[in-house]
Amino acid sequence: MALYVALCYYDRDRYWDEPPETEFSPEYTEFARRATEAGVMRSGEALHPVSMSTTITVSGGRGGEVMLTDGPYAEAKEVLAGYFVLETADLDEAIAWAVQIPAAWRGKIELRPIAPHHA
Amino acid sequence: MDASTALVKVLREEGSRVLATLVRQLGDLSVAEDALSEATVAALSAWPASGIPENPRAWLTVVGRRKALDLLRRESARPGKETAAFRWGTESAKDEMEEVIEAMETESQLRDDMLRLIFTCCHPALSREAQVALALRTLARLEVDAIARAFLVPEATMAKRLVRARSKIATAHIPYAVPSDAELPDRLAAVLAVVYLIATEAHAPTGGEAVARVDLEAEAVRLARLLVELMPDEPEVLSLLALLLFTSARTPARSDAEGHVVILANQDRGRWNRGAIAEGSWWLQRAVSWSAGMAGPYQLQAHLAAAHSTAASWAETDWDRIIELYDLLRSVAANPVVALNRAVAITERDGPGQGLAALEAVVGMEQSHLWHAARADNLRRLDRAAEAAGELETAAALAPTEEERRLLLSRLLDVRPEPA
Repeated sequence: MALYVALCYYDRDRYWDEPPETEFSPEYTEFARRATEAGVMRSGEALHPVSMSTTITVSGGRGGEVMLTDGPYAEAKEVLAGYFVLETADLDEAIAWAVQIPAAWRGKIELRPIAPHHA
Repeated sequence: MDASTALVKVLREEGSRVLATLVRQLGDLSVAEDALSEATVAALSAWPASGIPENPRAWLTVVGRRKALDLLRRESARPGKETAAFRWGTESAKDEMEEVIEAMETESQLRDDMLRLIFTCCHPALSREAQVALALRTLARLEVDAIARAFLVPEATMAKRLVRARSKIATAHIPYAVPSDAELPDRLAAVLAVVYLIATEAHAPTGGEAVARVDLEAEAVRLARLLVELMPDEPEVLSLLALLLFTSARTPARSDAEGHVVILANQDRGRWNRGAIAEGSWWLQRAVSWSAGMAGPYQLQAHLAAAHSTAASWAETDWDRIIELYDLLRSVAANPVVALNRAVAITERDGPGQGLAALEAVVGMEQSHLWHAARADNLRRLDRAAEAAGELETAAALAPTEEERRLLLSRLLDVRPEPA
């Protein structure tokens, strides 16, 4: 079995102040219920809008000066709005689930394999 | 035949089959590639002394698998390799007889292994670039330096591309699986697109001089034959092979004694490979009989190629048929290149005025030298020499290769007897 995180991205301008999850909440609840029942969903969270973010940089190495910025780091057109952790047999099965997440047609999904822990 | 010549031949003809079996047994493409290299090294030292084994493919598979398992045992003895050991399994070695029997794959097992490997190499989660590189390395068994030369990139770049592609297959768990019936049409289209791309790369080298390049056209035909062998009742697979045979048949006429490009209209049709055209026709006929009246894009392109291949001359080409086929092709695969080629056929059938109008209607080719060259041709035939010259200069400036630029500039002489 393989673990993936499905990162849900939405248009940055449209969802600067308001998280899409409020708007599409029933769709997400529906997906989460089915994915959990199928034993595929390990976890998942919706995030508050990016206007609530604080971006942190420590300059000059560990213990250095802390710099805070209001808002997200990425200058990308899309912003992260939530994620699901999925456990499936392979990438094809993970894709088959990811296409059912509302962000897939309202925004974008990045499906990324999770690296195993090294104790 | 000496042992090393025999080995080269076996690797070329059956290397991908050995690899496909090793991938199933070992579960990882990189590990299987390493195993096959180790087996090759072992064969180079063993075969001259022991003679060429009766079943060289089985020999390579057994030795490769054993080498990989040895390596795995050594690796898992080292700390920090638990994950790898877990992934590859910790199967104990079987006795030799059993191994040899197992290596003598049944035809259907081997067919499944090959199909799985092909669909994995052309998985849509890999970039087209990566798919092409994997197809040439994994399936066609070309060396990395030859693939790098063919695509005019440094060897290190190509090596890195292959490593990253194999690593993604393993890390993202791209399955070694034949797609379900529902997914098959799209996934098969991706496989065919890779082979087609290899063939087109052979005809239109992207920049630079076409020297010391591997024969990509022959490789594409080989890959298409392999696909036909594995999927003999898929009409689009048969059509792709037919199409590639038709186009490769023209290769001897595609350049003149100085190595300059000769366009289809001016080719010496006596130099076309009639055997390849006949074979293409045969496969196309089979494709038609399997397709139940639903011609896919490759079948339509094969019909187009056939119409040119069977015409006695450019002037005697059946332009009605060509235009009808382009119209059908536009309805299944709309793209500006198809519209452009259709406009060229319109010129031949209805004259330069109609051709020019058809070209005006093509959207999205304004940056292509082909569009400007076609406009120039119509303008020249309409005796609008100055405009034709201007279009040729634009076309030459946009041409992707030196050779095409030379060809376009040479046409300037036709419209402007005294070049500036």
